[in-house]
Amino acid sequence: MKRLLGITALLGLFFFNHQLNAQGDISGNHETIYQYLLDDEAINAQQPDEKSLVNSYTNINYRYSGFKAGVRIETYLPRILGYPDRFDGAGLGYRYFGYENDIVDITVGNFYDQFGSGLIFRSYEDRALGFDNMMNGFRVKLTPYKGVTLKTIYGKQRYSFTSGKVNYAPGIVRGADLEFNLNQWFPKLAENKIRINAAGSFVSKYQKDDNSEFVLPENTGSYGGRLELAYKKFFINGEYVIKEQDPSQDNGYIYNYGKGLLINAGYSQKGLGILVSAKSIDNMSFRSDRNATLQDVTIGFIPPLTKTHTYNLAATLYPYASQPNGEVAFQADVIYKIKRGTKLGGKYGTDISLNFSTAYEPIKQTSGYNIADSSRVAYDSKLFDKSDLLYWRDINVQIKRKVHKKWTVRLNYFNIHMNNDVLKLTEEKGIIQSHIGVLDVEYKINRKNTIRAEVQGLWTVDNKDRGDWATAIIEYTVSPHWFFSVIFQSNYGNPVPEDRINYPMAFVGRIWGATRLQLGYGRQNAGLFCVGGICRFVPASNGLTVTFSHSF
Amino acid sequence: MKVLTLLFVSIFFSLLVTSQEDDGLLEKTVPSVSLKDVNGETVNTSELSNDGKPIIISFWATWCAPCKKELNAINDLYIDWQDETGVKLVAVSVDDERTKNRVVPYVDSKSWEYEILMDPNGDFKRAMGVNNVPHTFIIDGEGNIVYSHNNYAPGDEYELYDKILELVGEE
Repeated sequence: MKRLLGITALLGLFFFNHQLNAQGDISGNHETIYQYLLDDEAINAQQPDEKSLVNSYTNINYRYSGFKAGVRIETYLPRILGYPDRFDGAGLGYRYFGYENDIVDITVGNFYDQFGSGLIFRSYEDRALGFDNMMNGFRVKLTPYKGVTLKTIYGKQRYSFTSGKVNYAPGIVRGADLEFNLNQWFPKLAENKIRINAAGSFVSKYQKDDNSEFVLPENTGSYGGRLELAYKKFFINGEYVIKEQDPSQDNGYIYNYGKGLLINAGYSQKGLGILVSAKSIDNMSFRSDRNATLQDVTIGFIPPLTKTHTYNLAATLYPYASQPNGEVAFQADVIYKIKRGTKLGGKYGTDISLNFSTAYEPIKQTSGYNIADSSRVAYDSKLFDKSDLLYWRDINVQIKRKVHKKWTVRLNYFNIHMNNDVLKLTEEKGIIQSHIGVLDVEYKINRKNTIRAEVQGLWTVDNKDRGDWATAIIEYTVSPHWFFSVIFQSNYGNPVPEDRINYPMAFVGRIWGATRLQLGYGRQNAGLFCVGGICRFVPASNGLTVTFSHSF
Repeated sequence: MKVLTLLFVSIFFSLLVTSQEDDGLLEKTVPSVSLKDVNGETVNTSELSNDGKPIIISFWATWCAPCKKELNAINDLYIDWQDETGVKLVAVSVDDERTKNRVVPYVDSKSWEYEILMDPNGDFKRAMGVNNVPHTFIIDGEGNIVYSHNNYAPGDEYELYDKILELVGEE
């Protein structure tokens, strides 16, 4: 009833505004994903009892001279295939109200935010993945002096949405983040092309001790500092965090402190960009419910140090996920443009991009520690002290060259090692190594019409896991309104002959400015899909998928 | 909860009362969100300005191939566009922590001359009603959102520029 009142008030406002011709801004969007699915024994797909599935989201934001408010209405009747089982029904999934001026920004209700790189606090929504750990409480942002920002947050995190109602995790999350931009204090720094930002944050959670076996800490604090330095075109930034005793399902109820360090350094100039990153994580799973698993109610976010690939086979089959219990990871990235008009560069120049990323198990020194004693401290570990156990390695290169006014060619090679004992993506044991090649050719017929074709191949070493794959895509776009695309994917080299499955799929889409309608029909493998100019995560299915989105 | 609802309702009513005096139509302006630029300095999105000339706001990410295609295509034409219309492009990166540090090396290596803003937690993306990237907006000289397009196909940049020419021609 109360909820209904809230919706009515907002919708009322929306319509009144139109009638009164009042000032104030309304913005928002709508997205519907509809599926009509069929039985498909080959991929073990069964038609759901409801036959059709739908997810729908409508956001409405209202602003009027410093005041702001908004709601999101969500519908899962029932949720689309592969979506987490945390979503069911229709109702209000998010609502907030706030006020802001130059000094203060107050939000009550639901909000998303993060401190620094998010290692100890990140609240965000990734709709495509079915991830939402938004806060319910309040946030105050203060800018008391130029170059100084203080953020305070207090709330409980979204856990699920059942029967059209949001359920929150039991723990309370509270924290503060103080950031200094020194350049705004000392103009001399900027004159000398130096840039310094420094910040510190503190986040604490409270959860009642619900365990009869151990005496659990009810309050767990975590804190960290970060620094960013830049000189001309060089930059380096880093964040170091510590988490106090936080026995949980994830870490096996040990009483170790957790720690994490993330460092990025880069240099860039015209035609060249370099980035190196390093990360060391130990016991940093941090959730507002110590019994939670999967992707539920995480307070901190540990970014995977890998490149986000977009070509189907490279992106969807063997991706990496961060290991919050411990990992040591490195990454290097080089982007280089060979000048146009040179022998190597050709008439239009050639773009080369190299990327290397790797992750290892950290060494956990257990001698002298007994998990069974009263301290329950299980081991000791040092930053960047890695073992030889490989979790992940990815070496990839991309070359792009416009060979003619109308022709552009992109060549890609990926070499991926993925430790399946750790990442557990499939049944296969040990490290799965794969070679992936992609040829992408684009032909501009004229200003408005373009044809693009992709041929991709993936070969696993020793024919491990599901063996070899191939994908072919033809895409035809008519700017600015239409696209047509046909995808054919085949697991032709699967060691199990019955599993040599083909995935044919066809798409057509129509765009009217901020409105987009897309129809897809066929059998689809799971993963991050990029079709007709949009990238999003799509689960496996066989049948019709209609996606409609509109912004207003 | 009840208190919160009451608060919502009461504020809305007060907003309604105060807003009746205005005569303008429902015009959409750029919402106010504090973002950082590549130098770590805070930029309020409602204060983006270009001396009364149009602004293009383009949402993109380093992992989004069509976004990069669009911005690279515009980059080839940007000098001419600026000369002819004075338009400015603000490229808002929605890269999160995972890929955020790639933005500056990528932008510099492609020699983009756009104003780059970072939206790592999607605050501006949400406020602008963006579902997916790429999504491109045109803001007129008075700060109103006059055009938006959610997609990129080669050639879309010409349609975008036609809209800008229309805007400039009217003034």
